[in-house]
Amino acid sequence: MASAMKAQPGGGDASPRDSYPKGWRRWLLSTNHKDIGTLYLLFSLCAGLVGGGLSLLMRIELQYPDLQIFANGQIFNVVVTAHGLIMLFFVVMPALIGGFGNWFVPIMIGAPEMAFPRLNSISFWLLVVAFWLLIISLFVPGAPGSLGFGGGWAAYPPLSVAGHPGPAFDFAIFALHLAGASSIIGAINFITTILNMRAPGMTLHKMPLFAWSMLVTAFLLLISLPVLAGAITMLLTDRNFGTAFFDPSGGGDPVLYQHLFWFFGHPEVYIMILPAFGIISHIVSTFARKPIFGYLGMAYAMVAIGAVGFVVWAHHMYTVGLSLDTQRYFVFATMVIAVPTGIKVFSWIATMWGGSIRFTAPMIWALGFIFLFVVGGVTGVVLANAGIDRELHNTYYVVAHFHYVLSLGAVFAIFAAWYYWFPKMFGYMVPEWIGKLHFWLAFVSANVLFFPMHFLGLAGMPRHYVDYPDAYWGWHFVASLGSYAFACSLLVFFYGIWVAYARKARAPDNPWGEGATTLEWTLSSPPPYHQFQKLPRIPAAGS
Amino acid sequence: MEKAVYGPVASYVRLLPLRAGAAARGALRVLSSWFCRAIWLCISVLLLTGAGARAQQASQQVTGQPVTGQPVPWQIGLQPPVTDVARSAQDFHNLLLWITGGVVVLVTVLLIVVIVRFNERANPSPARFTHNTWLEVTWTVVPILVLAVIAVPSFRLLRAQLIIPPSDITVKVTGHQWYWNYEYPAEQGGFTFDSVYVPDDDLTGEQPRLLAVDNEVVLPVDSTVRLQVTAADVIHGFAVPSFGIKIDAIPGRLNETWFRADREGIYYGQCSLICGQNHAYMPIAIRIVSAEQYAAWREEAKARFTAAGD
Repeated sequence: MASAMKAQPGGGDASPRDSYPKGWRRWLLSTNHKDIGTLYLLFSLCAGLVGGGLSLLMRIELQYPDLQIFANGQIFNVVVTAHGLIMLFFVVMPALIGGFGNWFVPIMIGAPEMAFPRLNSISFWLLVVAFWLLIISLFVPGAPGSLGFGGGWAAYPPLSVAGHPGPAFDFAIFALHLAGASSIIGAINFITTILNMRAPGMTLHKMPLFAWSMLVTAFLLLISLPVLAGAITMLLTDRNFGTAFFDPSGGGDPVLYQHLFWFFGHPEVYIMILPAFGIISHIVSTFARKPIFGYLGMAYAMVAIGAVGFVVWAHHMYTVGLSLDTQRYFVFATMVIAVPTGIKVFSWIATMWGGSIRFTAPMIWALGFIFLFVVGGVTGVVLANAGIDRELHNTYYVVAHFHYVLSLGAVFAIFAAWYYWFPKMFGYMVPEWIGKLHFWLAFVSANVLFFPMHFLGLAGMPRHYVDYPDAYWGWHFVASLGSYAFACSLLVFFYGIWVAYARKARAPDNPWGEGATTLEWTLSSPPPYHQFQKLPRIPAAGS
Repeated sequence: MEKAVYGPVASYVRLLPLRAGAAARGALRVLSSWFCRAIWLCISVLLLTGAGARAQQASQQVTGQPVTGQPVPWQIGLQPPVTDVARSAQDFHNLLLWITGGVVVLVTVLLIVVIVRFNERANPSPARFTHNTWLEVTWTVVPILVLAVIAVPSFRLLRAQLIIPPSDITVKVTGHQWYWNYEYPAEQGGFTFDSVYVPDDDLTGEQPRLLAVDNEVVLPVDSTVRLQVTAADVIHGFAVPSFGIKIDAIPGRLNETWFRADREGIYYGQCSLICGQNHAYMPIAIRIVSAEQYAAWREEAKARFTAAGD
């Protein structure tokens, strides 16, 4: 640690504050943003194995027509639902926001810690409890005669009310309540930290883009999650206390729930992709050895995506019977989002243009992200049009679309960030070839897995089907093979972690060279337990 | 197209340093060219999607076989359309395919150029520019124009789908867990029947698994049919791809949609909103027949289903 301290801007001797709890107390009672970030990443990894395992079960089932491993469609639906909820709330969000956000937002803005360290702690532990509630829900009665909740992650009533009389969905509701509370607390923490704890000279317009992306994400969380909480609380009272918010026989309306859910649900997808945008900007700039192109445009494109993201929700509901004018509006508003998204993509390319690119593992993951996100993005433009969405809604085309932007977008960004920041977080190098081999296996297999789903969707294959007409077999078979290959690529990922800790090749403070300009690269690898005991000063002139 | 596809790859290979470098450099070269190939493979497949769908549709029309509204093995496009709305939707989708394919190609070409020209060997000292107002305005304005091009046919299609013309026949559809109920109004005979999927062991002849039903809906060709769709228990989704229709069946609501099929045949659809255990087992089968056949069927159905109902 002593040598680490020397690397700090402004120096600073080891102080009493550098002593910290050891052993289990360090982790279970942690209020340190870096340790909590590590906990989030570990948690996300574990939840990812569960959620990924569930998806493998689905692909095994769908590899051939007729029932393979599930007794009936309800059990399949339970697995689909759990896969969706786990991947969104317990894998992607914890990794991007709780994990990398916690680790690097304070460091990037030159802050010693998050604004509310104890809130940070409870935010993490609430998520752990939420995850266990969701796991418990898989093993208690749901629909008559079967265990677990199988109504899809969107949980539309009446299927989620009258269709699942058992307590399984109540457990899932509480899981979402706690996960939501955890995220709201985290969002408050990020907003306060970013708005109040930037180092001297770090104006908002000099703040690194990852911090910008987390600021926008935090506002999206803060505004959208209470709406989800309200909607699922109404489901709870409809289920248990005789209310009829969504029950037409009592004067309620099932479509009201869909409006409320998607008012949360659409910002949610930007919550998962905006931090990825921030990460990709840093990686592209670092390895092109060139500053971000159009920094302000990049920052405000994210703000615009976040803002417009709140007024497009009913594009998930084109088939519920919305009026012509309503559908016209949502088509228009949804297509508007393509403009700021295009600005992001073109600005990444312009950042690399004229650069001197080194194709490190994180860089090829970032390049892969840009390409795959564009593929997922253009199918989003297709689906934005209600006229064609009427054919594609609730088919595998939609499944392909959102896996391209999430599984191939957000998850690729997570891996890019992992290889980018691993040396900084854990102090050891992962051999380059492992990150690259992992990328190529993942890139090829994920495309084999998800690209055929476009064909299935165009041909009419609906979602949430345990069994399908024989004509759909071919592409399902290909997709299943892709999913097994993708699972194998994760073995390379874990091998990389093992090698890093087995060889213990020390990471330098800045392994990526002059292109890495954000503050985390001025610290040691790993950073000291408390960084910036003297705050760094950001020069006023230049960029 | 071929030239455009292979041009950048070839030029990239040419630009690679020919001297034998370190092993790592060689590996990087192989990986990078594979990167290009993988990307181009994806794009080619994407573009072929539209061509394939067209060819499939054309072959069916040329051979004069009766159209069957059901998926075929290894299908990569939409099901053959038999209504004007579905045809417009397919044309619109093909337009979108070219536009979105073009965007993907553009981004890919730019990425390849960046990879080839601006790597650390080709360009050891990076530029420092961070702004180009003209460029930034361009990539904001051009996408807006492209979206405007998309919006025109999109809104036209939306009108065609949602403004229901005066109808010849109205049929009420009710989704149940897990079958469909169809109700013909009094002037069409005033009968109602359930339509349940045919279990695997009972399938006969040409009946496709998980699409065939015991009681098909029969309707006349070249007639405007108004569907009133609702549900008895949970939400279901009523969809027939060949007609280009999909409308949710929601308890407490009466949703409407319409179609006018211009070719006789049997058209299948499937429940399109998760509705519980047997969501995959409640298909929709609509047989479009001539006016005479329809009249005959109506009498027969009236006798059969009224007797069964009583």
